[in-house]
Amino acid sequence: MMETRILKKQALGTLLERIRGGGFRVLAPSKNDGHVVFKEVATLADVDCEAIQTTLSPKAAVFPRCEELVNYTFTAKNVRIEDHEFQATPTVLFGVRPCDARSLAILNSVFAWDVKDVFFQKRLEATTVIGMSCTKADDYCFCTSVGGSPGDTSGSDLSLTLLGCGDYLAEIVTEKGRRIVSLAEDLFGPAGKVNKEELLPKIPAKFDVKELTGKLPDMFTRNEIWAEQAMRCIGCSTCAFVCPCCACFDIQDEASRQGGTRLRCWDSCGHGQFTLHASGHNPRHSQGDRWRQRIMHKFSYFPDRLGYIACVGCGRCSRSCPADMNLLEHLESLVEAK
Amino acid sequence: MEAAQSNAYRPQLMRIDKVVEEAPAVRTFRLTFVDESVGRDFTFQAGQFGEYSVFGEGESTFCIASPPTRQGYIECTFRQAGRVTSALASKDEGDIIGFRGPYGNHFPLAQWEGKSLLFIAGGIGLPPLRCVIWNVLDLRDRYKDVTILYGARTVADLVYKEELEGWRKSGNVKLVTTVDPGGQTPDWKGEVGFVPAVLEKIAPASENTIALVCGPPIMINRTLPVLTQLGFTAEQVYTTLENRMKCGFGKCGRCNVGKIYVCKDGPVFSYAQLQQLPPEY
Amino acid sequence: MEELRAKAKELLAAGTVKVVVGYGEGSDKYRARAVFVRKAEQADKLICDARCQQNLAVYLTRSEVKAMGKPAVVARPPAMRTLLQLAAERQLAPGDVVVLGISADGKLLDLPDFKAIESYVATVPMDWESNPELARLEAMSSEERWAYWKEQFSHCIKCYACRSSCPLCYCSRCTVECNQPQWIFAAPHTLGNLEWHVMRAMHLAGRCIDCGSCSDACPVGIPLNLLTQMLAREVKSDFDQVAGLSADSEYALSSFKPDDKEDFIR
Repeated sequence: MMETRILKKQALGTLLERIRGGGFRVLAPSKNDGHVVFKEVATLADVDCEAIQTTLSPKAAVFPRCEELVNYTFTAKNVRIEDHEFQATPTVLFGVRPCDARSLAILNSVFAWDVKDVFFQKRLEATTVIGMSCTKADDYCFCTSVGGSPGDTSGSDLSLTLLGCGDYLAEIVTEKGRRIVSLAEDLFGPAGKVNKEELLPKIPAKFDVKELTGKLPDMFTRNEIWAEQAMRCIGCSTCAFVCPCCACFDIQDEASRQGGTRLRCWDSCGHGQFTLHASGHNPRHSQGDRWRQRIMHKFSYFPDRLGYIACVGCGRCSRSCPADMNLLEHLESLVEAK
Repeated sequence: MEAAQSNAYRPQLMRIDKVVEEAPAVRTFRLTFVDESVGRDFTFQAGQFGEYSVFGEGESTFCIASPPTRQGYIECTFRQAGRVTSALASKDEGDIIGFRGPYGNHFPLAQWEGKSLLFIAGGIGLPPLRCVIWNVLDLRDRYKDVTILYGARTVADLVYKEELEGWRKSGNVKLVTTVDPGGQTPDWKGEVGFVPAVLEKIAPASENTIALVCGPPIMINRTLPVLTQLGFTAEQVYTTLENRMKCGFGKCGRCNVGKIYVCKDGPVFSYAQLQQLPPEY
Repeated sequence: MEELRAKAKELLAAGTVKVVVGYGEGSDKYRARAVFVRKAEQADKLICDARCQQNLAVYLTRSEVKAMGKPAVVARPPAMRTLLQLAAERQLAPGDVVVLGISADGKLLDLPDFKAIESYVATVPMDWESNPELARLEAMSSEERWAYWKEQFSHCIKCYACRSSCPLCYCSRCTVECNQPQWIFAAPHTLGNLEWHVMRAMHLAGRCIDCGSCSDACPVGIPLNLLTQMLAREVKSDFDQVAGLSADSEYALSSFKPDDKEDFIR
């Protein structure tokens, strides 16, 4: 049974202050030029509590756009690799929706698979997630279709749910969550019986994901379906980059005569160059092939190899897609396809 | 050292001890580990690959072309094709490059003891099989007949020219070399014809034999039916795939063919396994 | 809208075109999306209202669309300018595409050839001629403007939605994808982003037809069209050339005449 407390609404700002005082930087949804993104915030006033979802996911906190993997300097005839231990900044992600909280385990399954990625591991260890249950959803949300829910606590260390009176139900999910509460014990009171389900928006599942996962392996060669679905796709990387579960990356060297850096950068299978060989051969030369890879990877290969559907139904890809691809519509269409 | 070793992306520094110009735009490097203790502990199995870096330019994927039976160095053979291989091609003996590996699976040589081996390679497809050939020759009495069929477009394009001579003279293997029609020189003594056609001509026995095939896609596509005709089952034929790679260990997401990753589940596959894969390689 | 659907049906039924690239209902009441109508009976999918702003001409240079056969395209004035500019750059020949022109006030136009399109677009002002955002930028000092754009580009995630949605970015191998040498950084740090956007704006100077798709496509809301609009104004004032007004013009930045007023090249 998870330990629960009540956090009074007027105490939320103080909680943030105590967290910052405890040595954490706080990243929370915050307005930026008409969009809401995860940004470093100083006070509660900087936090946007109303947005259904941010434009960009919080994955940059554990999987940044650019990560320095190796730094090196050139000497007369030699190369020296700088060996320093990577340190991650203690971070609290505040106001994380349940879908995004679930995505961290999905990302971790890639970066911890066999060879451990030390950068991701350290960033994840240094991150504490304060989840915020949803009070509303829009038509792009489909968390309940992929095993999530608007009040799911998995992936959060401390989970907050807004009560009718404006206070918050606080569920202490992990030790990390307990450490946050211990920074501000005086702000948390005892919780009586709370019916959490009543507080959450109702989001009926829109399709059967098990049926989809079961059908997909036999649909690989249905080229006409993939080509048709991908017709309006313009082949950018928006969907992959706003997605909390997409982890594909590129490795780029940037150097001068003195030395340089090897960087890990976000990359996307939607790009024509993603699988292009030096010979000019491209196993995925049409946008339909690349769209198929996106769907198959998330809903077939990933669950098969790593045990997760690599989608949490946050809806970001569909909200941001310049060509209005709408992932949910395509998934429903695949389930219905003969 | 602990901190350094825990970074999987950090390459080992390698010194180029020897450069051999094999063919136009094709070179072999013999590499030794700058850190000798790492070199002493380094082991791998035939068929595995590595990510070779030019610091400042990037990394490129090549199999380890030397056999695991030889300690103290590794070798790679590459053709100049893009940014990294062009930068590698400008390196000299004594220069430092990077290496990460070994990655991937390997040829199941232990399972093939007591069998005959048929190596079929075209052009730049010989390097990935060379590690196996030398591995086998270093343990020669564990295997029965060894046949090598190798072809290239022209005589100049044949790689490992000195080693081919050595294998021919050793009496240990049956070596058949061929060049494409029009690729022969006046003093060429080998076959003239495409590899699949020459294979048909020499018609090696399939019983208790494993065929290892590597070369350009068109050569592989035309060779497989000939092997079937000769009685080889899909489980008796092996190849090594290549795909665009970056990380080499299953994270960057780019080398998958359906649900398998060439860098983790491959690059070595039997033809039976290939038949299970979706057509995207 | 009915006129448009009827025209589309007629073109498809007669086999004059193999596909009509137009707008259809989008994910919600605020959005429209590109549709590729290949059968006359599906022409009722086509809509035409204020939501329909995406520049559909971007699909005309895609191999998957070209493979379908001769297209018709529903074209608002920016898309019409795109067709003229593509023709001027030898990417489109007369008769390659049937234009279903939509006037600035939403009426179906009869535009049988490039001349007709030229006559119509000459009557439609460009956004950069009156955009108050340009004046706001110009009023900044160069330090302020540099700081402004650095801040904007710190948010860029290098998704290349700007490039993918731009109909004039049809290069099969973009400069940022050249790695021998790597002319500009591919990585998504602020400097790399800045180099990318400045390079792209320069490659569009005098070629951008002012559709605003780049800004509309940007998932983090960077007002990219301000860069290309500024450069459009520069090209107009320096070379008296405006993109997208003629199917038959030489690009000012890649042609030289002996009587050009610049003498540095002599």
